[in-house]
Amino acid sequence: MSSYYGRPLLKEPVWQPEVALYFFTGGLGGASSVLSVVARLSGHELLAQRSIQISSAADAVSPPLLIADLGRPERFLNMLRVFKVTSPMSVGSWILAYSSAASSVSAFLNTIGRLPRVADLARTASAVSGAPLAVYTATLISDTAIPVWHEARRELPFLFGSSAVASAGAAAAIAVPTAEAGPARRLAVGGVLVENAIFRLMERRLGMLGEPYSKGEAGKYKKVAIACTMGGAALLAGPGRRSRLAAAAGGALVLAGEVAVRWSVFKAGFQSARDPKYTVEPQRARADAARSAPRPPR
Amino acid sequence: MLDSYRAEAQERVGFFTDTSVCIGCKACEVACKEWNLVPEDGLVWTGESYDNTSELGANSWRHVAFIEQNEPRQGEGEDDALRWLMSSDVCKHCTHAACLDVCPTGALFRTEFGTVVVQEDVCNGCGYCVPACPFGVIDRRHLPRTDAPAIPLLSKEEDGRVWKCTLCYDRLKGGHEPACAKACPTNSIQFGPLDELRERADRRLEKLQAESWNGARLYGRDPDDGVGGFGAFFLLLDEPEVYGLPPDPVVTTRDLPEMWATAAVAMGALVLGVVAAFLGGSR
Repeated sequence: MSSYYGRPLLKEPVWQPEVALYFFTGGLGGASSVLSVVARLSGHELLAQRSIQISSAADAVSPPLLIADLGRPERFLNMLRVFKVTSPMSVGSWILAYSSAASSVSAFLNTIGRLPRVADLARTASAVSGAPLAVYTATLISDTAIPVWHEARRELPFLFGSSAVASAGAAAAIAVPTAEAGPARRLAVGGVLVENAIFRLMERRLGMLGEPYSKGEAGKYKKVAIACTMGGAALLAGPGRRSRLAAAAGGALVLAGEVAVRWSVFKAGFQSARDPKYTVEPQRARADAARSAPRPPR
Repeated sequence: MLDSYRAEAQERVGFFTDTSVCIGCKACEVACKEWNLVPEDGLVWTGESYDNTSELGANSWRHVAFIEQNEPRQGEGEDDALRWLMSSDVCKHCTHAACLDVCPTGALFRTEFGTVVVQEDVCNGCGYCVPACPFGVIDRRHLPRTDAPAIPLLSKEEDGRVWKCTLCYDRLKGGHEPACAKACPTNSIQFGPLDELRERADRRLEKLQAESWNGARLYGRDPDDGVGGFGAFFLLLDEPEVYGLPPDPVVTTRDLPEMWATAAVAMGALVLGVVAAFLGGSR
């Protein structure tokens, strides 16, 4: 393969670690609000209450993380200057603004103990944006020229979604006594299993393009992620059913693992941009195939 | 494409960069820096032929590539002839521009000339366009900012916004050709209405091929390619990747309907997954 002095053809993303951390907090906040509403509807009052608190906390730290990453933080409101479906970041900014507003109103009213019906309404409103908030970040990174993100566009939304529910389940399993945390534990364990399966499938389908996920920092953190999430899930599925301490340890391990998953995917993108082979080789193969195949009639 | 401009719409213009006559003088790089006040971002010696600019970026809107090849040239019988390729690279001003599509603030826009320009008074430096560009053209400027911070607590030391070629939007408005094309002494950089440039490029390619020039080809001329054709296209003498250009660039927003559909399925699965967790009761 030839390239220009081995230089990358793409620019590496300029995003800072705050963005990867936001992928985690956005997922946690979004999935926790869904968890809260389903818990409420099925009569798990304590689980519902703790989950909406977790959700509003995650929703509250998310915008500052994103604003800190901007090159011109003082212009953060320009994010709401237009609405563009062609820009997942524009769509996401509106989702996050809406979700943060709804969940902070709900949390504020709950805290001061006023207007319980408005608080409930706000909680439901925030849950509507829960799943989109947890998943859109996958679409955001898929819609770039970074090979390891764009080519993984079929799997990444499911990876981010399952990572989000695992986070929400794990956080709730820490915050709720074991006797009432059954659904949270099952959610965490199920999320972890699905997520690890999707990660493996994704790497297998990507073949050569998937290499960056196992290399360098991305590879290191993927191993950390597998160890933490599987270890945490085992604790939650076993001793965590009776011991609050084991549940807390298992939940913390899963949360740490979910941060590591996001970091691994984030760094893999940088690594795949840096090496020209991931840009040139698939495109060269495509161009050669198009050249040898007869052009379809237009 | 320019319908929304109605009466203000102009003929789409662009560049045809014919690298077969580039002599590597870098007048385009200098003219661009001078006219657009593009700052200097460090002087380094790379050892990569005569190229110390290395790549396009926030502070290099034209980049002359130098490639030294030791390959025999077709029909010349010399088997150790050095071939020295030179090519002035620039923003492609794509028909379907990924940077513009993904920009969440509307800072990137399409001008009445069909070019793609950043409004620096709107850009908030989110950086989304940087990995979106399939050519690695646009980038964030990390040099110290030159204007006073508006809100000190929320401001950063560096410029933080993204910059790239504007195809000299200001000069176009005044009826002038872009600075690089104006300065090019061999007419390697040709400016004009895109349709006219494409015809001229076809004639040039035909001529070079008739003289059996080794490897002459057009790059980015075809309106059916992955980005809908370039507003600034090239005549190259080797494969694009030799010049650091992607062989089959694609605007990834092309796949966005499919990506949003996948995301919608994943959102549904997420909700179902949460509901399923409650099927086993409280314990």
